[in-house]
Amino acid sequence: MARPFVEFDRVTLTYGEGEEATPALDPTSLGIAEGEFVAVVGPSGCGKSSLLKLVSGLLKATSGNVVVAAQEVTAPIKIVGMAFQNPNLLPWRSTLRNVLLPAEIVQPHRARYRRDKAPYVERARQLLRTVGLEGFEQKLPWQLSGGMQQRASLCRALMHEPSLLLLDEPFGALDAFTREELWAVLQALWMQKPFTVILVTHDLREALYLADTIYVMSARPGRILLRRNFDLPRPRTLDSTYDARFVQALAELRAHIAEARTPVPAFA
Amino acid sequence: MSAVVEAAPAPVAAPSPAKPRGRRRRALAAVLVPLGFALAVLALWEAVVRIAALPPFILPAPSNFFSVLVARHEPILMMAAQTARSTLMGFAIGVSIGVVLGSIIGSSRAIYRMVYPALIGFHTIPSVALIPLFVIWFGAGPHIAVITAVVVCFFPVTVIMATAIATSAPELDDVLRSLGATRTDVMVKVALPRAMPQFFGSLKLAITGAFIGTIVAETIAANAGIGYVMVVATNNMDGALAFAALSVLAAMGVTLYAASLFLERRLTGWAYRGR
Repeated sequence: MARPFVEFDRVTLTYGEGEEATPALDPTSLGIAEGEFVAVVGPSGCGKSSLLKLVSGLLKATSGNVVVAAQEVTAPIKIVGMAFQNPNLLPWRSTLRNVLLPAEIVQPHRARYRRDKAPYVERARQLLRTVGLEGFEQKLPWQLSGGMQQRASLCRALMHEPSLLLLDEPFGALDAFTREELWAVLQALWMQKPFTVILVTHDLREALYLADTIYVMSARPGRILLRRNFDLPRPRTLDSTYDARFVQALAELRAHIAEARTPVPAFA
Repeated sequence: MSAVVEAAPAPVAAPSPAKPRGRRRRALAAVLVPLGFALAVLALWEAVVRIAALPPFILPAPSNFFSVLVARHEPILMMAAQTARSTLMGFAIGVSIGVVLGSIIGSSRAIYRMVYPALIGFHTIPSVALIPLFVIWFGAGPHIAVITAVVVCFFPVTVIMATAIATSAPELDDVLRSLGATRTDVMVKVALPRAMPQFFGSLKLAITGAFIGTIVAETIAANAGIGYVMVVATNNMDGALAFAALSVLAAMGVTLYAASLFLERRLTGWAYRGR
């Protein structure tokens, strides 16, 4: 078997030191294949976001090894694109220039972009077209709706052709209709040119709509309770969410999540 | 016509760009309304002086000092040019120092804590009180005006830039860090553009500061400039000359303010959301 693209080997994470130390992640081992679409679900505060930061190198593991593309992660790595719950567009830049941001920073694009901007501008426009933002290239972020901003944020995450896309609840702040629309957009982008995706979400339908593999995490300190493959054919549509296999998987995941949540102390 | 009609198809408010004609009219109004107000104030002033028959050395009528301005425009403009040079030079140097110093102070918590109290303490000393000291150090002359302008106007820029840079935007920083950006990248691409609206606010303070510094220095330690004209005019009880000089000063102030406003609109329009 080929070596996984993303590999966690008994990784733990602890915030703070000494008496104030809070364990965020119990020893976790997992492997994600190249081109795989993975979703991580779990109760809030279970360390899902910490998991992403460990992969991207924004956080350092307290113990154990994180390996991405056969390289141990010790500092922020270049081959990732990241999108967050907030679109986090730079408010003074047009949509197009926001999407171009990675080209100004990530090598080797940075040097190439400085010499010749045209191919990058073309790629950014192409990405914006794919997500339905043609004609909004020169608009400032505040002139876009929340859903449109999140689309632009996805384009930015993909600008430098990362081989690994990390998504931290990117659709969490959107209304249900916009969210479902963007599932289709993301799936289309991924099917065009499969890259590895790790999506953190608390929406089980979202996880099943998009992912090949779903990890269920426990409440803090995070631990992987379940790894489930889901091979419903693609492209999945909203109709797929009524498919018997989808409904059954949903029920199964929901049962595990209920188990994972720390019970809220009930008032007598 | 505007009655509520049930189930009437609501016309979709298309985000139409402002019509060029409307925009031109608004731009014209933006100049004409304040100009009209200034002219009205001058007219009232003229009327008060004439009705009360005030002697010119107490308060000259606008017609009086404007005619002096026209008659003696050559020396007055020469002096004004001197003041403009000192002010602009002091302004440019002071703002540059303020931006660099403020950015350094704002980008490090340790430096911020260390330097800020000293900065406030320094600012508590009225800078114009230092002018005699500057004369002892650097000798009298037009450069004293420049130095004083620098000292007066670097302060607001430094403090405001330091605060603007120090109030970081962690979520925007994360975007850059996840791309492997260096500290310089974060500074250039996030912190500085983010600080632009506050920077322009400090610029307006710096403009007036530079003028005050220059004029006061010219009244104390120079033999040229509008400040010097003021001293000569008041010594000669020549109210008309003093006000002629002041009116030139006011015009320069408004011009510089307008220039910074123009730049501000160009560079920080994003922060005003089309207002």
